[in-house]
Amino acid sequence: MSSVEAGQDAKPSTVTQIIRDLREAAVLTGAERRGLTAAAVVTAAWACLPFISDGYLLSLGISITIFAGLATSWTLFSGPTNYISLATAAFFGIGMYIVAGGVNLLPYPVLILIAAIAGGLFAALIGLATLRIAGVYFVIFSLGLAELVRQVVSWGQHVMGTSSGLYVLIDRSDSAFFWQLLVLTIVVYLVSWWIGRSRLGFALRIIGNDEVVAVHCGINTARAKVVLFVISSTFAAIAGALVAPRWSYVEPTLAFSPFLSFQVVIMSLLGGVHRLWGPLLGVIPFTILWEFISAKFPSQTTLLLGVAFLLIVYFIPHGVIGLIEDLMKRRGGLLNSLRAMLKKDGGK
Amino acid sequence: MDIIITGLLLGGTYALMAMGLQLQYGVARIMNLANGEILVAGAFGTFWFYSATKFSPLYSLIFLIPLAFVANWAIYDVLIRPLVRRAKSQGQLEVDSILATFGISFIFVGGLLAVFGGEYLSYSYLARPIFILGEPYGLNRIAAFIGAIVLCASLYIWLHKTRAGLALRAVAVNPSAAGLVSINVPRASALAFALGGAVAAAGGSLLSMFLTFDASLGVVFTLKALVIVIMGGVSDIRGAIIASFILGLAETTVATLVDPGLTLAAAYVLFLAILLIKPEGLLGRRSS
Repeated sequence: MSSVEAGQDAKPSTVTQIIRDLREAAVLTGAERRGLTAAAVVTAAWACLPFISDGYLLSLGISITIFAGLATSWTLFSGPTNYISLATAAFFGIGMYIVAGGVNLLPYPVLILIAAIAGGLFAALIGLATLRIAGVYFVIFSLGLAELVRQVVSWGQHVMGTSSGLYVLIDRSDSAFFWQLLVLTIVVYLVSWWIGRSRLGFALRIIGNDEVVAVHCGINTARAKVVLFVISSTFAAIAGALVAPRWSYVEPTLAFSPFLSFQVVIMSLLGGVHRLWGPLLGVIPFTILWEFISAKFPSQTTLLLGVAFLLIVYFIPHGVIGLIEDLMKRRGGLLNSLRAMLKKDGGK
Repeated sequence: MDIIITGLLLGGTYALMAMGLQLQYGVARIMNLANGEILVAGAFGTFWFYSATKFSPLYSLIFLIPLAFVANWAIYDVLIRPLVRRAKSQGQLEVDSILATFGISFIFVGGLLAVFGGEYLSYSYLARPIFILGEPYGLNRIAAFIGAIVLCASLYIWLHKTRAGLALRAVAVNPSAAGLVSINVPRASALAFALGGAVAAAGGSLLSMFLTFDASLGVVFTLKALVIVIMGGVSDIRGAIIASFILGLAETTVATLVDPGLTLAAAYVLFLAILLIKPEGLLGRRSS
């Protein structure tokens, strides 16, 4: 695996780092095993949702599942490194368009595979161009990326003479659709969890703390960043491919809407980007709030979401999970906070 | 020839736009992703002024510039300064200000949508042809170009010939050293941010004379301004001016020869080229 190779560059220079590294590579601890079991139980319960309801609740569940996957894969790269990607919509739209364009030519699973590869390749190109240099170039590049791809797609359709809207008519029940997305989200979680424990994840956290230090530790920072960005973007492209049949009508302005990138960032930040489960704590309340806002104030959604975004940035900079951790620390007093510090699994 | 002149005319307005962003990023050290939205707000202001009064859109600058200045000063004071205080490092401030201004940009878009609706707007002012070297050009484009050049030149002279301008340039070079020679750095940053916003709004006002615009167009202008600033080198206004004309020319070439819908692609191609060849900018110096 290329990711493992990237991690091998992280030559620890001090004893403490060696110890941390060893602990990271060690077998599951008891707490981790309990955590995994709990996660499996919750996931299994969640998977039963279609049996309870097939109407509104299921469609809300579908939204939550999509965004849980998107937000977690966003956090996978942008959380530890602080390189904020505003381009989720670009990859999501690419996945969607590949399905929409090829639905009459190739079987659906093949299209999903193509979408994943295309998303990954595109991310690799962008990463190689912008992530080799430190600084804000990557953020700026990602800012207009969805709009750029939209312009190119519209132009391509114009040149080829096809109409701008495409129909994706694949027969899928809502339940099947829900399970499909759930599988993707579970894969995202497993990959994120595995990367968080690996040397690659460790390398990324060093990059996020201080890129110069990371370079001096012998980490190939560019490679680590590009690999992670590719993984994260591939997931977004697959999500787009999976969602396409549900939308059934795909159009450039819808598929590449900057709103999606915005929502993913806001949900991840609300939850907290320094823990694996952080984004989920943002996705659930925010999706419900979003349903409420778009039902009550359909014409003010942009404005209200901008305000919500600012509130989060100013008042809960470390997300809900940061709040919870602060609260626990304050309650438990010095002893518990010391214990928590010792137990801290290098999440930040 | 046609392409070159249209491109240069466009470049003039871009230069103004980029100077605004450069003040905000170079002096106040805030990467303002809402810059394009302020520009679009300026365009809407002029549209509203012209359709209400029928006076020349150029007069709208008289109230738009002070208004944008005050509004941006308020944005800096209320929204950005807490982040500056909170930030433990330059990197932290960068992340926070990117997120905050990204949020602000959505508030602007939402506000404009609520007030003006989501349609494409344009108005017809000085839509007469004028002949240069036998080719017709819109008089409005030339008026906007002249307006932009006048504003650019006065800003340049102000920055280079007055004490306040010198203070701003000093902060751009080194904020902590500027503090040592009794420059009020927080105030200079606020001034630069407000001035940058006013310049962006003026740029939008001028662009509205010949462009069709809608509320969601801001991000495109933000990106173009950012590309110009990076291409020119963050610390050098002359670089930004050259870069503006390069972008104006590139865009016009793409729009004329390929498709008018691909102007952003032109900006991205230039961006990629500069990242791959000379990331420190045309006139920038390699720092490390």
